[in-house]
Amino acid sequence: MFVFLLRRLLQACIVMLIISLLSFVIQGNLGDPVRQMVGQSVTSEEVEKIRQEQGLNDSFFQQYGRYIKNALHGDFGESYFYKEPAFHVIMAKLPATIELTLAAIILTIVIAIPCGVFTAIRPKNLASHGIMFFSTIGLSTPIFITAILLLYVFSALLQWTPSFGRGETVSIMGLWESGFFSLDGLYHLILPSISLSFILAPLFIRLIRSEMLEIMESEYIKYAKAKGLSSARVYFIHALKNIMLPIITIGGIQIGNIIAYTILTETVFQWPGMGSLFIDSINRVDTPVISAYLMVVGVIFVFTNTLVDLVYGLFNPTVKLAVKDV
Amino acid sequence: MSYPVREITFSISPRRWKHIWAGFLSDKLAVLAFSIFVFYCLIAMAAPLIAPFDPYDTALIDLLNAEIAPSWISGDERFLLGTDAQGRDLLSAIVYGTRTSLSIGLLAVLMQASIGICLGLISGYFGGLLDTLLMRCADIQLSFSNILIAIVLLAAIQSIFGLAYYQDHAMIMLVFILGLAEWPIFARTVRASVLAEKQKEYVDAAYLMGISQIRIIFKHILPNTISPLFVIFTIQIANVIVAEAALSFLGLGMPISQPSLGSLISIGFDYLFSGIWWISVVPCAVLMLLILVINLLGDVLKNHLNPRHYKD
Amino acid sequence: MALLEVKNLNVSFGAKHNAVPVLFDISFILHRRERIAIVGESGAGKSTLGFALVNLLSKPGHIHSGTVKLDGTNLTTLTSPQMQKIRGKRIAMIFQDPMVTLNPVITIGKQMVEAIRAHTSINRHDAKKIVLEKLAQVQIPAPDIRFDQYPHELSGGMRQRVIIATALLLTPDIIIADEPTTALDVTIQAEILELLKSMCEENNVALILITHDLGVVSRVAERTMVMYAGRIVEEGPTLEIINDPQHPYTQGLLNALPQMTLAGHKLNQIPGSMPSLSDRPNGCAFHPRCQYAIEKCQIKQPNYIYSGISTVACHVLEDMISETSSSDSAFLNDGKDVL
Repeated sequence: MFVFLLRRLLQACIVMLIISLLSFVIQGNLGDPVRQMVGQSVTSEEVEKIRQEQGLNDSFFQQYGRYIKNALHGDFGESYFYKEPAFHVIMAKLPATIELTLAAIILTIVIAIPCGVFTAIRPKNLASHGIMFFSTIGLSTPIFITAILLLYVFSALLQWTPSFGRGETVSIMGLWESGFFSLDGLYHLILPSISLSFILAPLFIRLIRSEMLEIMESEYIKYAKAKGLSSARVYFIHALKNIMLPIITIGGIQIGNIIAYTILTETVFQWPGMGSLFIDSINRVDTPVISAYLMVVGVIFVFTNTLVDLVYGLFNPTVKLAVKDV
Repeated sequence: MSYPVREITFSISPRRWKHIWAGFLSDKLAVLAFSIFVFYCLIAMAAPLIAPFDPYDTALIDLLNAEIAPSWISGDERFLLGTDAQGRDLLSAIVYGTRTSLSIGLLAVLMQASIGICLGLISGYFGGLLDTLLMRCADIQLSFSNILIAIVLLAAIQSIFGLAYYQDHAMIMLVFILGLAEWPIFARTVRASVLAEKQKEYVDAAYLMGISQIRIIFKHILPNTISPLFVIFTIQIANVIVAEAALSFLGLGMPISQPSLGSLISIGFDYLFSGIWWISVVPCAVLMLLILVINLLGDVLKNHLNPRHYKD
Repeated sequence: MALLEVKNLNVSFGAKHNAVPVLFDISFILHRRERIAIVGESGAGKSTLGFALVNLLSKPGHIHSGTVKLDGTNLTTLTSPQMQKIRGKRIAMIFQDPMVTLNPVITIGKQMVEAIRAHTSINRHDAKKIVLEKLAQVQIPAPDIRFDQYPHELSGGMRQRVIIATALLLTPDIIIADEPTTALDVTIQAEILELLKSMCEENNVALILITHDLGVVSRVAERTMVMYAGRIVEEGPTLEIINDPQHPYTQGLLNALPQMTLAGHKLNQIPGSMPSLSDRPNGCAFHPRCQYAIEKCQIKQPNYIYSGISTVACHVLEDMISETSSSDSAFLNDGKDVL
């Protein structure tokens, strides 16, 4: 377990190193920061002086080291657009993205588990064919197309749902702006979260189905039935508990995808989260925000991956044995 | 948007190709999917001949023709699928957009495949530290999604080179970035096949006969890994097209002057709420069908090429 | 009244129009506290019979006709919730390979407690008490530690003890043990068998032991049924069958035991192998491998006759008996009534 964690930690460090280098390069290279600061009227000697003061003539490593040091303090410089520290701009948008993702994940679980289990235990049922058909479509439809079509039908044509934004939010102790606790907020959450789960759910339905089909043939499922357990207990406790491991593994691989999907979904629904902020910042060439976003997403990525590993260990009683032969 | 691809190794004899082909022809869905795909390819190749207008020629665009609905609604025979906000014929734009999307898809996957196959062969054949290093890289890269990697790299490139320079070279950049984004899938599959093949006696025999290692790899090992690669190749085309469309939708991909299907959707999206739905909805449908068809083909290939499925 | 009465049980695999029959006219009786064995080579349909009794046949398999009566209730016509109440509570099962029988991600204790709670309203705390008691009964050291362990932390023999304990939790009427020692080390096979036997005796449980090993049978079962290609070919008291096997197949099985071979000689094998389900020979399914086979054997399925030692289905034997005691027809009828 220790070696396993160590290797994970090393991997996390490499990931963070690459991301930080990238965001450092982006921040450092965009245009001439001094010219941006002082305008065109200043002489080149003065510019050189400022460069020296700002440490822009230092070696790459010195500059990078300084960047990391500042980044660790949450200092990525001031956003050109918002005139606020970039880190604060990002953090203000974080709750919106996390709530959207959370809602989509919950929706995905609620849809995928019953559908996956059902298609596995009743493969010839008409509803199973229907579910499999929809999951093929869902898996083949790019998320932004789903989002656009949903938006067009339910907001533009039927006008049932709001078309953009997060609606009314409730502040929780001044730290977190939540849309979960107001009807309007939930109302705004419907379409974006459906869009996200429309692509995530089919993946898990297929996964749960194929794993279930395999496990249903196993001796311990037959034994559970021979003990006289109810079907619900056999399928949802005995079988499902065993397929948690592949589900967690695949779920872990999806983290990168989910981050990308939130960028797309947020852009379509103008959801005021980090993703749409990132795209806007690219268009506005707001480098401090871009670089801060990359670092924050990197940390989230590494953190959730580690979390997934821990959950995996939690669900796998043999993890101590299994790690040896990894 | 990406299919989980299992690493499968199996080789195919000429006799089995016949069976596979026969099985494929008896599968109606497969034939339908294949025909539609061929149709798309033909349209893409013959775009200049088919398209009623040249969407790149600004002289042909007349603002007076802007926002005309598809002909079955507006009755305007000139523009079958209507026009966009600039008065550009949507049908022509879609035909050219399909051409752009398919080309990027094909080229990028070719690049993925060549990088992936080479690194996979090297990694599997030589093993050791190099193998560990390459596979660690592959692991890390696979844990991100291709779109996320592409978004980040494009953001970096755009900020480093500037928007104007980027837009001039958008297609090459996209092919390059998307080509880099998913080589590990190919590499892992090839590596697994090589490891399996390496154990077989003919490789030892070839080596003892003094055949060079490079020759052993390309002449003897690679042909045996063809069929799983074939499946991945197909599915990756869909994945890359989706990724490109997503990037273009975000404004990071093909510029509006040279639209792919994704950029068309992006342009049309701004008009979605003003009743001019066709500019984005029609390209959406075209793209959806294309992806669906390629994914279906991938599934069909997987089923027919895999000897385990082949039995029944 | 008999505890379990199986009559003309036919099991087939596959859909109706191209169903392949697997079990033919299986009939037998099991009394309370009785221990019987079903013996045969692999593929004879022993395990299928075991699962058919509790209506747990794997998918294409289904009961085609016949009855399985437990205390007079026909189990084949029960709905699945009704059948669920029988499984585990009145008929418990022990599977072949303890390494794969227990769910790997659920603790031993939970898997046992849930078996109790599925059939009774005993609360968790009391259920745990019962579980610990039974674990101690099957001689598992430190039951309270084992209770919270996962299956992979236990050896094969320990796991089979856990499974035996689970079977005994609700003191069922019958335990069906499907090759309970086959997957275990030879050294602990005898131990587990002895345990199984004594547990059944102590708890007044009837046992159906499914095995391919005649050596195992003699230790445990009072009565033995020999199966070949989906049919019972011989049935009678274990000791008598082992001392004087009647059916040529039973003779072959006994001769094949390693201890029946003289030192330095080759092991005695029955020539040929068990036919597959799809190409069962006509007549007596054993005739291609039978050294005594006569013409009749290829055409007609033999009826059951009582040989004086056991009930047998064999033309050769039938002819021999009718020659020696053709007058004693009442004796034969008596034999048929047993089945």
